Amino acid sequence: MSGEAKAAISKEVLWGGGRSPFSVSYGKMMMWYFLVSDALTFGGLLIAYAFWRASSVDPWPIGEQVFRSMPGLEGEFPLAYVALMTFILIVSSVTMVLAVEAGHRNDRSGVLKWMGLTVVGGLIFLGSQAWEWSHFIHGSGGCFNLAKEVTITNPDGESMTLLAGQRVYMDHHFGHLMEMHLSDPVNVPMTEDGGHVVLTELGDHPHEAHLHALRVNKYIENETIVEGDQMMKLWNARSENFAFGAPIPGLGADWGGINHSEYATQQGFSNFFFFITGFHGFHVFSGVVINLVVFLMVLNRVMERRKHYEMVEKVGLYWHFVDLVWVFVFTFFYLI
Amino acid sequence: MERDDLIVNDSYALNAHHSEEEGVAIRKKIYMVTAILSVITAIEVGMGVMFKRSETFTWTAIKWTFIVLTLFKAGYIVMSFMHLGDERKNLRNAVIIPYFVFILYLIFIAITEGLAHYGMDLMFH
Repeated sequence: MSGEAKAAISKEVLWGGGRSPFSVSYGKMMMWYFLVSDALTFGGLLIAYAFWRASSVDPWPIGEQVFRSMPGLEGEFPLAYVALMTFILIVSSVTMVLAVEAGHRNDRSGVLKWMGLTVVGGLIFLGSQAWEWSHFIHGSGGCFNLAKEVTITNPDGESMTLLAGQRVYMDHHFGHLMEMHLSDPVNVPMTEDGGHVVLTELGDHPHEAHLHALRVNKYIENETIVEGDQMMKLWNARSENFAFGAPIPGLGADWGGINHSEYATQQGFSNFFFFITGFHGFHVFSGVVINLVVFLMVLNRVMERRKHYEMVEKVGLYWHFVDLVWVFVFTFFYLI
Repeated sequence: MERDDLIVNDSYALNAHHSEEEGVAIRKKIYMVTAILSVITAIEVGMGVMFKRSETFTWTAIKWTFIVLTLFKAGYIVMSFMHLGDERKNLRNAVIIPYFVFILYLIFIAITEGLAHYGMDLMFH
């Protein structure tokens, strides 16, 4: 596989001018240098994230407790969806390298097949990321601040003291009706019924949501689900400070004032999450567009006229780089 | 002057064409690397689900395991999928060395400064 790239060439010839000392074309070398600079950008962003995290004194969210939702499914699946996204991106990297390989054999139909699949993989990844973003922006049910100190008994029978200002999290259905209740208190009556709370939305489609459980320390260590009488104790100690979803300027919910985010046990976490996955997603998007352009060039037999498929290889380098960045984002955001 | 895009002898240069036999060998390598990357990812996700973060030696070991596995994956992607490993040593070094010089310094200085509040705590409390 090496050929010229590994051939022994005397230094005088190699560096004496008149030939490329790297044995690669100008375009490919520039793609490498662009990727080095882009990798420094991503490296800088991830290091800024590490800096923020290391200098934070508040508890930092735990990946497998934050990322545990699956589209269309109730319940908890820690890291399952992001593992699927990671796998899709790795597979699309494989189809890309197979397209490059087919290009070296001048196998036009092979290039078309594998590049087509790469584009499909990229689009599935983008769709998954769009779902994940939407999930965070809408929130998982929201939270409120306690107005005063409360002591409850947790499910293990241990007594637990929660300070004023502590966050308490609601579940999905209840939280979303609660959000409407706060924006339009008249149309959403709330009744308390023994060990739980009922919210009824009146309108064209009357709808009820029941609150049976609250969570404390969600996203961080010692996460606990509180039910029944103990839950009512927390509910009755609630303040006016509610928060729903994540802090997207202009999009995020803005109730009360606990930093405008139910994810903000550490505001920095959601800020960096959206910035870095967004910047990476933008790279995936541009990769898909460039892949499509090259796919159309191959379809129009441009590469046959040029008698080589190096364009496929260059866009391949960019696509693998996108996968490479995701490998690091996955580790530092979701695993550690 | 010899035009770069006319180098014929390099397997990844423009006018070099692989035979079917070479293609079979390259694809075999690609599938091998795919398997390695998938297995490493599966191990990472399994560990991520199994172990909770805590301030113990075990967690430190797990954290470093994640980082080492990630570097392995990155190495396979860069050296095999981006076939930097098959390029001339000059190009490889021109890509990798400047990157590591900057990034290692940045990691060092950011972590040092990020942890500075521990030192401040000792000073003021």
